[in-house]
Amino acid sequence: MIKAILIFNNHGKPRLIRFYQYFAEDMQQQIIRETFHLVSKRDDNVCNFLEGGSLIGGSDYKLIYRHYATLYFVFCVDSSESELGILDLIQVFVETLDKCFENVCELDLIFHMDKVHYILQEVVMGGMVLETNMNEIVAQVELQNRMEKSEGGLSGAPARAVSAVKNMNLPEIPRNINIGDINIKVPSLSPF
Amino acid sequence: MALKIVKGSIDRMFDKNLQDLVRGIRNHKEDEAKYISTCIDEIKQELKQDNIAVKANAVCKLTYLQMLGYDVSWAAFNIVEVMSSSKFTYKRIGYLAASQCFHEGTDVIMLTTNQIRKDLSSPHQYDTGVALTGLSCFVTPDLARDLANDIMTLMSHTKPYIRKKAVLIMYKVFLKYPESLRPAFPRLKEKLEDPDPGVQSAAVNVICELARRNPKNYLSLAPLFFKLMTSSTNNWVLIKIIKLFGALTPLEPRLGKKMIEPLTNLIHSTSAMSLLYECVNTVIAVLISLSSGMPNHSASIQLCVQKLRILIEDSDQNLKYLGLLAMSKILKTHPKSVQSHKDLILQCLDDKDESIRLRALDLLYGMVSKKNLMEIVKKLMLHVDKAEGTTYRDELLTKIIDICSQSNYQYITNFEWYISILVELTRLEGTRHGHLIASQMLDVAIRVKAIRGFAVAQMATLLDNAHLLTGNTQRNGICEVLYAAAWICGEFSEHLEEPMQTLEAMLRPKVATLPGHIQAVYVQNAAKLFATVLRKHEGETDSQAAQETSQLLIDRLPLFVQSANLEVQERASCILQLVKYIQKLQQKNVEVAEEVTALFAGELNPVAPKAQKKVPIPEGLDLDAWINEPPSESESEDEKPKAVFTKEEHKHSRSRHTEVDEKELARRREARKQEQANNPFYIKASPSSQKVYDAPGVEHIPVVQIDLSVPLKVPGVPMSDQYLKLEEERRQKDKAERKKKEKKKKREKRGKGRKADSGPESEEDIRPAHQVDIVTEEMPENALPSDDDDKDPNDPHKALDIDLDKPLADSEKLPVRTHRPEVLKSPAEDRVHESIPQETKKRSGKEKKEKKKGKEKDRKRSKEEKKKKKHKEVEEELLESQPEEAVQSEETKEAAAPPTSAEASDLDFWLCSAPVPPAAQEETAPSSAAAVDTSSAAALESEPDEPKDAEPEDTKSSKHKKKKQKKEKEEKEKKKKKRHHHHHHHSDAGGEDSVQNGTVEEEEPLPPMSNYSLLAENSYIKMMKEDADQVYDIQGNHQDESKVVVSVIFENKSDSFLKSMEFNVMDSLNSKLQRPEGAGPHDSLTVPFQLPPGVSNEARFVFSVQSIVMPQKLKGTLTFIVKSDESSTHEKLDFKLHFTCTSYLITTPCYSDAYAKLLESGDLKGSSLRLEGISMPFHHLLARICFHHHFSVVERIDSCASMYSRSIQGHHVCLLVKTSDQTVSIDAKCDEPSLLGNVLDEIKQTFSKC
Repeated sequence: MIKAILIFNNHGKPRLIRFYQYFAEDMQQQIIRETFHLVSKRDDNVCNFLEGGSLIGGSDYKLIYRHYATLYFVFCVDSSESELGILDLIQVFVETLDKCFENVCELDLIFHMDKVHYILQEVVMGGMVLETNMNEIVAQVELQNRMEKSEGGLSGAPARAVSAVKNMNLPEIPRNINIGDINIKVPSLSPF
Repeated sequence: MALKIVKGSIDRMFDKNLQDLVRGIRNHKEDEAKYISTCIDEIKQELKQDNIAVKANAVCKLTYLQMLGYDVSWAAFNIVEVMSSSKFTYKRIGYLAASQCFHEGTDVIMLTTNQIRKDLSSPHQYDTGVALTGLSCFVTPDLARDLANDIMTLMSHTKPYIRKKAVLIMYKVFLKYPESLRPAFPRLKEKLEDPDPGVQSAAVNVICELARRNPKNYLSLAPLFFKLMTSSTNNWVLIKIIKLFGALTPLEPRLGKKMIEPLTNLIHSTSAMSLLYECVNTVIAVLISLSSGMPNHSASIQLCVQKLRILIEDSDQNLKYLGLLAMSKILKTHPKSVQSHKDLILQCLDDKDESIRLRALDLLYGMVSKKNLMEIVKKLMLHVDKAEGTTYRDELLTKIIDICSQSNYQYITNFEWYISILVELTRLEGTRHGHLIASQMLDVAIRVKAIRGFAVAQMATLLDNAHLLTGNTQRNGICEVLYAAAWICGEFSEHLEEPMQTLEAMLRPKVATLPGHIQAVYVQNAAKLFATVLRKHEGETDSQAAQETSQLLIDRLPLFVQSANLEVQERASCILQLVKYIQKLQQKNVEVAEEVTALFAGELNPVAPKAQKKVPIPEGLDLDAWINEPPSESESEDEKPKAVFTKEEHKHSRSRHTEVDEKELARRREARKQEQANNPFYIKASPSSQKVYDAPGVEHIPVVQIDLSVPLKVPGVPMSDQYLKLEEERRQKDKAERKKKEKKKKREKRGKGRKADSGPESEEDIRPAHQVDIVTEEMPENALPSDDDDKDPNDPHKALDIDLDKPLADSEKLPVRTHRPEVLKSPAEDRVHESIPQETKKRSGKEKKEKKKGKEKDRKRSKEEKKKKKHKEVEEELLESQPEEAVQSEETKEAAAPPTSAEASDLDFWLCSAPVPPAAQEETAPSSAAAVDTSSAAALESEPDEPKDAEPEDTKSSKHKKKKQKKEKEEKEKKKKKRHHHHHHHSDAGGEDSVQNGTVEEEEPLPPMSNYSLLAENSYIKMMKEDADQVYDIQGNHQDESKVVVSVIFENKSDSFLKSMEFNVMDSLNSKLQRPEGAGPHDSLTVPFQLPPGVSNEARFVFSVQSIVMPQKLKGTLTFIVKSDESSTHEKLDFKLHFTCTSYLITTPCYSDAYAKLLESGDLKGSSLRLEGISMPFHHLLARICFHHHFSVVERIDSCASMYSRSIQGHHVCLLVKTSDQTVSIDAKCDEPSLLGNVLDEIKQTFSKC
């Protein structure tokens, strides 16, 4: 079983956390901090396993991690998982991210945490490995994204327009606009 | 409506989406918290809107904030709203948020049941998928119970994508709702052979996870997994399966034997390191589970060790790490093969990677021997000096202590050396493990009497130099050592050379800066020292010295009387007054030493840590029963202190109230615990002893800095290295002496022939430097020899320990949703529902038992049903035949009863005969087809239940007729009864006393039985032989030759040491002792151990046997050397090994239909036996036959049972045992009449003994 999956950057800032066992939020943060502390002081040329010890679960658990550029991918697993297998799995996950985001970098993870979660959900479910075949994972993720897009027709259009407007870096729209006013002014607009 | 939508869209213009939120947070680095709190306010506003898109956006942002550590549980309801959106986009957001922040305590989860059910049955596979994924993260017992059936249906969904998710989530459902395991298991098993590899992999995953916790329930799946293993190409699946086999083999060594070959093939062929590694791991597990005496597996061990060495030498640190990890597993059973790689492992200690160093340390732990302990510890001490970073150094320190103290200081030959190592360790700066060193010092000094003098001297120097240890607050962890030092000096003060000096050292003003508990020990032990000093000076004419000592105490103790620590203060003032009084007496020249020493007289014995637990509970004492009437609920905490006594009296006067049901009791116990926890006066078990040491006050010790320009060295303390040299010299000398002796011996022996003796120095030959008797820890009288299972009672996996081979009962069906459950609930369901609330708590044992009973009944009923169906034809035919045929039909039916634990016996056959599962043969896995051909033929031959050629029906019935006529007379009375029973079968009522296949129902506790019989005995040694119960076919084509393993227990009855035991047997033509290759036919075998006084050990010897139809007697001798302190003599013991025919039988379960066919085949010759005056219950009788003669019960009806066994050469032996009054008649059939005759004789003998 996989007990937790943590992704954080070289400064310990979490980019994705996924616990398969309940921990309160402050405990989660503490685990992230401790894990970062353990992992970050290790050289890149030492082994990728760490005995978890007091962190999560106890002696049966291990931290298995990989370090890619600015990001650490840490899996906390118990003894039923194969150590080398999990290392491969991390690789599969990262390659899948790379495919889905096209040359993935930390920024992708920062701004699209939800999407990363959706991809992860196709790899690991409830702490157990769901799929290890990258093509299958990518196919399922894309099908779901397509579905989301097709749904986006009605309500998504304004949202997209909005984000387009926002990305133009217009000067801040005054926040205290009177919504009541608009309410009165737009009744003649057709509902598409 | 339209207006609303547009309004919503426009509102959204100004909402932040997730990207904006992230951007905002990044732009507000300096006041992030403030910014986020405004964002949360906005989110709260957004959540109040009706528009689901706005809500979803808000929830999405919350998910992000949750990652940053913000509690978002307040929005749980909104999350549920978003989850129930009909749009996939929003639903997905909702489920993601839920999976991140919902848990069992979230109350809105109750509201989700119907929504999730709707999503699960949605026509869109991704809706279902998203629901499954989410549910896997937050499933609760309630959800699991309510949705189990829906998920089970999904396991057969048309889309593999859903199937695989449904299969995986079942594991979570099982954990939360264990009742679902049995109903769901058949379908789960089906999925192992799903056409989609993903689903298959998921099923393997789930079953592996289940089997890991309760492996024995999954043994019957072994053939299926074996097939998967040989056919699958998916490494991920292979790894899981191979890991699973690693968990199964300890339970079934035969499985291991089967595994070795395919595993070694995989090891040789695979290129995937992960697979290779797991194969090696499982081979190791197999080797551990097999008895170590098997010679043909040394090749496998070698292969493993060799592959691991390659891994360890690899430049990839990961492989190196794993190699060491696996090596430590081999170490446990085959230390020799690992020890040869000591160089490699010591090298790993220098690795830059801490994980690898720690692994190497672990390995060293198991590699030490008497010979190399000092050397290894010396290396470790060097590392301690070099180590940077306290964690690794502390680890080293604990490892050194672990290594030295393991198995009761087994490897320490020189305790002076060990004490000096401990003293050297006290020089570590800033270690946390002061108390560990201290407890070692105490332990050694108390238990090794011979070392006390030396220890006391060392401790005195430590006390003298206490300032070095306490000098720096950084090092205060180490000052714990002083605790031990003071105590040892006080307790064993008679060994002190200069007690006066030590006393002075213990009363220095600086001591007052030590932690309180140490001061307390100082004060107490100062008093002990005082007593010693007094005694020393007593009798001297000049009483000056004694009086000076009293004065010293009177001067110094007031410092401690003022201590803030209660314990110190109390002890000090008490002792101060005592000394003052003594001083008065001294001035009057009264002799007081005697009385003062009497204060501290008496020896302290170490008590085993588990001693308290092992005190047996006296008969008739129920610890859980209330002594008083349980307190009423209304009693609040505030009332407690008042009127304790009157109240209690009042309670006593009432009659004892015992009829409190368990649940109530449990609840009250819980309440009492709560109360105790809140009661400051109740002494609770302290969670760890460490707590004592962490007493407050450490911070208040004034810091005294000492400049230390020279490296620390406690003056007067010998360096442990010296011992190493001394030890080497001593050993050299020993060796030389021994050689001399040996030469002498050899000269004497020369006539007898040569012996391979002067090889490398063996472990045990190193004698301890000085005679050390280690005082064993005290245990209470008649302590219970129980193995404490330290299993966590709260482990959720415990609930999943469920027998899966039993057929399903109606009551176990999963609750199915109905429109009006209140009305339609079946009673069985009702029970399920009832039991749910208790399940979260602890189910009381009583209820469980009841349930079990119910299940058992159900199981029986369904068994009966099955039986009926399967053999309907036979039975119908029988019913139609004449009434006098009834007995026969009964008999046939008896024999033809269907396999009850069919799977279990399937497994047995798969394991014992064919190297490839029969199931696999039928389906002919293409990859293994070639291998099967040859082996399957052999398999069929050796399978007892497979008839070689079925004879026509009529011959069979005529045979039975004959037999029947013979028995008719004696059975006439029984007939009626039997026929009554017979009808029972048809009327579908529970035939309660039908016992089938191997198991004997426990009606009454069976008397203890032992298979060991006395072989020979003299004043030195006792040999007990176990009936050869471990008999197995030799693998290969020598069908006629078989091997028998004989276990012999050697027990040393003398006070001397027994060594060089050699076991020899005069071979007969028929039976030969198996000797190692190269040994002559008359050479003796060395028993692989020595026996200290009072110790017993077991050795196994393998014999090869040609013919097994006759019992055999072999003459043998055991020679050994008796070694006492002054002399050693050669002794000899003759014995006779008796191989009974019984010992050639292997307990083999048999299907009753196979049994019937076997009887029908006509190949068997009959014989019978009558035993008179047997008064034991029938099931005892059966148990005895099973136990002593290796039979298994095929079926039992009333007082009649059919039994089966098989010889190692494949002879079938069938018994029909009947009893009436005190007469037992046994009709037997076997294809080898002389074997049968002998077996019957032996059975007769067994019963004549009792």
